[in-house]
Amino acid sequence: MAPGLVLADLAVGYRRRALRPPSLRGRSGRSGRSGRSGRSGREVLAGLSAAAPRGQLTVLLGPNGIGKSTLLRTLAGLQPPLAGRMRLDGADLARLGGAERARLVGVVLTDRVQIGLLTAAELVGLGRHPHTGPTGRLTDADHAVVRWALDAVHARHLAARPVGELSDGERQRVMMARALAQEPSMILLDEPTAFLDAPSRVTVTALLRRLARERNLTVIVSTHDLELSLRVADQVWLVDRTGALHTGHPDEVVGSGAVNTSFDGDDLRFDPATRTFELRGPL
Amino acid sequence: MTTSPTSTSPTAVPAGAAAGEPLAVERRGRRRVGGRRALVLGGLVAAVAATFLLALAVGSVAVPLDETLRVLAGRAPHDPRWTVVVGQIRLPRALTAALAGAALGVAGLQMQTLFRNPLADPYSLGVSSGASLGVALVVAGIGGSGGTFTAKVAGSDRFGVVIAGAAGAAIVLAAVLLLANWVRSVVTLLVIGVILGSAVSSVVSLLLTWTAPERAIQYWTWSLGSFAGTSSSDLTVFAPAVGLGLLVALASVKPLNALLLGENYARTLGLRLRRVRAVTLLGASVLAGAVTAFCGPVAFLGIAVPHVARRLLDTADHRVLVPGTLLTGALLALACSIAAQLPGTGLVLPINVITALVGAPIVIAVLLRARVDVAGAA
Repeated sequence: MAPGLVLADLAVGYRRRALRPPSLRGRSGRSGRSGRSGRSGREVLAGLSAAAPRGQLTVLLGPNGIGKSTLLRTLAGLQPPLAGRMRLDGADLARLGGAERARLVGVVLTDRVQIGLLTAAELVGLGRHPHTGPTGRLTDADHAVVRWALDAVHARHLAARPVGELSDGERQRVMMARALAQEPSMILLDEPTAFLDAPSRVTVTALLRRLARERNLTVIVSTHDLELSLRVADQVWLVDRTGALHTGHPDEVVGSGAVNTSFDGDDLRFDPATRTFELRGPL
Repeated sequence: MTTSPTSTSPTAVPAGAAAGEPLAVERRGRRRVGGRRALVLGGLVAAVAATFLLALAVGSVAVPLDETLRVLAGRAPHDPRWTVVVGQIRLPRALTAALAGAALGVAGLQMQTLFRNPLADPYSLGVSSGASLGVALVVAGIGGSGGTFTAKVAGSDRFGVVIAGAAGAAIVLAAVLLLANWVRSVVTLLVIGVILGSAVSSVVSLLLTWTAPERAIQYWTWSLGSFAGTSSSDLTVFAPAVGLGLLVALASVKPLNALLLGENYARTLGLRLRRVRAVTLLGASVLAGAVTAFCGPVAFLGIAVPHVARRLLDTADHRVLVPGTLLTGALLALACSIAAQLPGTGLVLPINVITALVGAPIVIAVLLRARVDVAGAA
């Protein structure tokens, strides 16, 4: 099986301080294992080495503002890595051109998409962008991929609906279909379940796992839904409070106690036996 | 595929089904939508042609339609004066109106898509303010501080006004393009453009307070806009400039469509954002700058036409929308040009009065009838 995504001593962050999102501003930069403390204030996460194999669902966990989105943005090519390597099936992602990368990596961001007058099928069709000619006209083959992508996320019945009329859950599935329509080897999703109700959250998460299996994709998804993701994930990437990355099967990561050191607070404790959070002491 | 779109439940669709054949409903639906759009575009072409003919026939002297066609065909009309009226006055005017409308509409569409803002228009980045400053300088006589060329300009020769307007627009455009390379956020760029525009406008006001009233009125007349001032020789510059800008827009439908998703998504689709941004700004500003230089700062069409075109075609897809906006712009501008001549009277109204008075109710009506709100359409 192809190796999927491999990170080697990757450092992510912002070259210029002004570009850091407000959620990260004011936090002193961490000196990673590689000890680049001279660049503090810019580096968000450093010394990241991990793998996200093809055919598996990899879940990226960690406290708020620790840099999960920065890592995903870097993997998506929206910002350059500060150091280290990120290879997808051997290809160095940082060295790929935009169009080449778009054929390998599909992305679902937290950015809200507001296009009232586009149908779901037309929106998914925009995912064919890296494959179409200079006019962007969709061929029959492109339309077939669009239908396949909509089928894959159970959204074929939404095809003719204007995007503006979709519910949050429906729109999220359509955005996933759009990423699939790029026919990528890897899909990155930044908190795709954040605004969904509980049933939609389970549906979307299960869908991601199925897509990874059936399409032999590398799927990396960041989420705050710890309990659900520990149940369905094949791989866990857990960024703890110090910015260190713990990786492995959910059992290993839970067993190592890393979940506790990352999330336990004064009021809440993660119970490794039941894999749920419980309150500490009386309210 | 056996599932019908109406009865689809998540489990009804086989997981990971091969792409399969399009459902009959889908195929029919796509054809119907495509057919409707082709019909609307065809209707627009016919309407532009009809309005163009009307613009040649109507005015202070009414020329019968068949005689108008006769002049266009190069044959002698019944009344020899009509050759001059139609061929030398109305034909350049109608061509100017059609080109200006198309240019402003398409430039407005480019700006609205680039800035993802339904309120953006061709002048959002201060292009018309720059042109105004150029013209005001000429009118105030400050631009003419030496040389034979400037003497001609200071003589408020029409050519001088056009050159000054174009130069002013180009300078503001250069400043904006420089900023666009720096500023990452389009919203910031838009705000800077608006602020820059009002700063330049206040300089214009300042200039005019120091200018003799009889000279300032020249500026005032220019600022009301007119399609009637362009001669055939003007058109040899104006038409290629507009044509170039329109070609740029038509060639960039694919990146414009990607930009509908927002800049981050567009980049993950492989779009080279800086280049697309620069080309789009350049193209839109050439269109807006050319119109402003030759016709004055024609208001309202640039913001309104894209909205009307979106309603007519019911889509945000630029492959349909750019030609649709081009045609809608030409149509509305021609209609405004006809209205400005006040058929049957000898009066000629400033074009900006008409674009706002005639255009505003139409656009408001169109927007009110829309199903989807405007914000989502940009």
